[in-house]
Amino acid sequence: MERTEQLDHGQAAYEDPLEVPAIACGAMAESKPYVALPQHQEPLGFPGELVENWQEKAILKLGDLVKNNRALRVYLDACVRCGACTDKCHYFMGTGDPKNMPVARQNLMRKVYRRYFTLAGKVTPWLVGAEDLTREVLDEWYSYFHQCSQCRRCSAYCPFGIDTAEISMAAREIMDSIGMGQKYSNEIIAKVHKVGNNLGLPPKALKNTLEGLEEEIEEETGVPVKLPLDKEGAELLLVTPSADFFASPHMEGLIGYAKVLHESGISWTFSSHASEAGNFGMFIGSYENMQTISKRVAKAARDLKVKRLMFGECGHAWRVAYNFLNTIAGPFDFLDPRYPVPQHICEFTYDLIQKGKLRLDKSKNDHIRLTFHDSCNVARASRMGDTPGGQFEIPRAILRASCNHYYDMDPATIREGTVCCGGGGGLLTDELMDLRVKGAAPRMKALKEVAGEHGVTHMAAICAICKAQFSKVLPKYGFDMESIVSVHQMVSNAIVLTGSTQEEEWNKKAGQAPQGQGAQV
Amino acid sequence: MYAVQTTIYAVIFYAVTVLFAGGLLLRIVQYARTPAPLKVPSTPAPVTRAGAAFRVLREVVVFESLYKSNKWIWLFGIAFHGALVLVLFRHVRYFVQHVPLPVELAQPFGIYAGFAMVGALLALWTRRVVIARVRYISDAFDHLILLLLILIGASGLAMKFLVRTDIVAVKGFFLGLMSFDIQPLPADPILLAHLAFVALLMAVFPFSKMLHAPGIFFSPSRNQADNPRERRYAPARAAAAKA
Repeated sequence: MERTEQLDHGQAAYEDPLEVPAIACGAMAESKPYVALPQHQEPLGFPGELVENWQEKAILKLGDLVKNNRALRVYLDACVRCGACTDKCHYFMGTGDPKNMPVARQNLMRKVYRRYFTLAGKVTPWLVGAEDLTREVLDEWYSYFHQCSQCRRCSAYCPFGIDTAEISMAAREIMDSIGMGQKYSNEIIAKVHKVGNNLGLPPKALKNTLEGLEEEIEEETGVPVKLPLDKEGAELLLVTPSADFFASPHMEGLIGYAKVLHESGISWTFSSHASEAGNFGMFIGSYENMQTISKRVAKAARDLKVKRLMFGECGHAWRVAYNFLNTIAGPFDFLDPRYPVPQHICEFTYDLIQKGKLRLDKSKNDHIRLTFHDSCNVARASRMGDTPGGQFEIPRAILRASCNHYYDMDPATIREGTVCCGGGGGLLTDELMDLRVKGAAPRMKALKEVAGEHGVTHMAAICAICKAQFSKVLPKYGFDMESIVSVHQMVSNAIVLTGSTQEEEWNKKAGQAPQGQGAQV
Repeated sequence: MYAVQTTIYAVIFYAVTVLFAGGLLLRIVQYARTPAPLKVPSTPAPVTRAGAAFRVLREVVVFESLYKSNKWIWLFGIAFHGALVLVLFRHVRYFVQHVPLPVELAQPFGIYAGFAMVGALLALWTRRVVIARVRYISDAFDHLILLLLILIGASGLAMKFLVRTDIVAVKGFFLGLMSFDIQPLPADPILLAHLAFVALLMAVFPFSKMLHAPGIFFSPSRNQADNPRERRYAPARAAAAKA
């Protein structure tokens, strides 16, 4: 007994989540996603297949990007190969392939940049590792720039802030421009342009889904919570990743949003025109596609005459919404200036909790011992609330208000240093499963540790991709696929709606124990 | 008539000064003029511009991110850069007629710093060779630039402790260069080697990874304030796309 105790709390009992592997050259050289077909390429304005003069066009495109993106230019110039980033990428930690070290991934582009755009690379390529853009190099680009989830962990640890995400986005944009796009992302983007969401879910199907959810909530709570679609004149437009409409545990989170919004009394709506928060335009580095998708949101907000704009739980989506939306689809001067544009559902819920306007029965989550996975793009590419780091505190505050048993994972793997789920940035496709499983290794090790030390049973996430990725990957590491939950799923379990069946129980409990556990008011 | 080394070194130093200053200036102008189309600060980030400037300052002075990243690289890196600053400061005496008091006071520290600099460089090079990951990412240039810096430091120290040179004449040469009145340069081999290495470093600076020096000030992930909701970020490209 005592021995087990010791083992459970001893360091040796668990693998270090951030363990650095020995390098294994070429370990992931065969990994690549399906190449886009003409029908995936053309709707996005890209050539259908690899163009004849691809080399010349790619170099021109690279020159164009370098000229128009300060980040790319500075990052290609400034790296000193200090090695600080070499052990920071979850794909390197999971695979040992040295080309998954951020600097080595960047060097795939840097060597071409040097060859064609720098004096040293033109005159003495051997000295600075400059190389011609050959077919082999292009294939390597395709493979390794699709082994980056654009999570920015390397950037956080780089002395110059060099962000591999910027470089992999640029590489994907160049490859798209010569007809060598990625099927998964481009097929999805075409669906958004055509139908309004990543799933290609038409308005009618969406309406049916939402009605089904309304019935489900009413059955559970006795309260007619509405999930309105295209309700003109609503106060607030909620844009959420379309996975929230059908996948699990996404949908449970969506139910949570609906309950919170209902309880707040605000009039709100979804839009069928902008029924997608995710913006895969960023994954492929395409400003134009990203902008077209974002403008659907602006148009929906105008057409529905809403006053506020809010986004659901999604990581890269929140980056685009928080950081880019105002620039590429703004200004949003037609919205109520008293509220941030856009607002995150977590900010909204947190605010209600702070004001004592939500009643949360924590005991409803007593079967759950919870931890929280900081989604990479929420953590390192956005903010919530008024102060830096609000993106870490606000979701945790919501979770702590919703359950009695909350424990953080290894501090080196959360918050600013969070390790990616392994499926972000356009990699959430079945043919990359091997990469996804390996890339999740650091997070899975950290989860095992907290599960062993604190008996944690569930992990909450705040991103549609994280949730989908973990439900696939958790079983490979011996966890139940349902141990991944939405943040608002926890809220949904705990919330006591006015007039609900749960309210009677809550009142009874409050009567018995005036300082009842979980009371927020 | 000057000795041949005087003429050669005068020409070299005029040339590399133009190359160094001109090349660097061009790069800085280029960085400044390249648009930053989107807000990309790595968060958590300061929410004001002053805060962002202070963040860059911390990166430049104490290598904040590197400290979080890797304590050894941080230690060797900050030792080298700190020592270099002291050594350069000490060298100010060779370029001004009347040595200011702070430079005077810094003389002994500048000499210790010379040893620290070479030691840190050797440590960095050892890392580059011994650690497989870092060896893998190193170009020939990454090794050679360390060699060059070590040669500069070692030849400098050699002049101080092994074979002293006529430092008054060296000072005369550089003051002369600065007022376009060429004075003779001593023909000591170590001095000439030291100066040649420095000239080479100056020449490659604006064309190599030494651009990390100006680059860090232009890194959008560090120098942007995190305020996209409070203040609409609308650089030229967004405006153009709208029109």
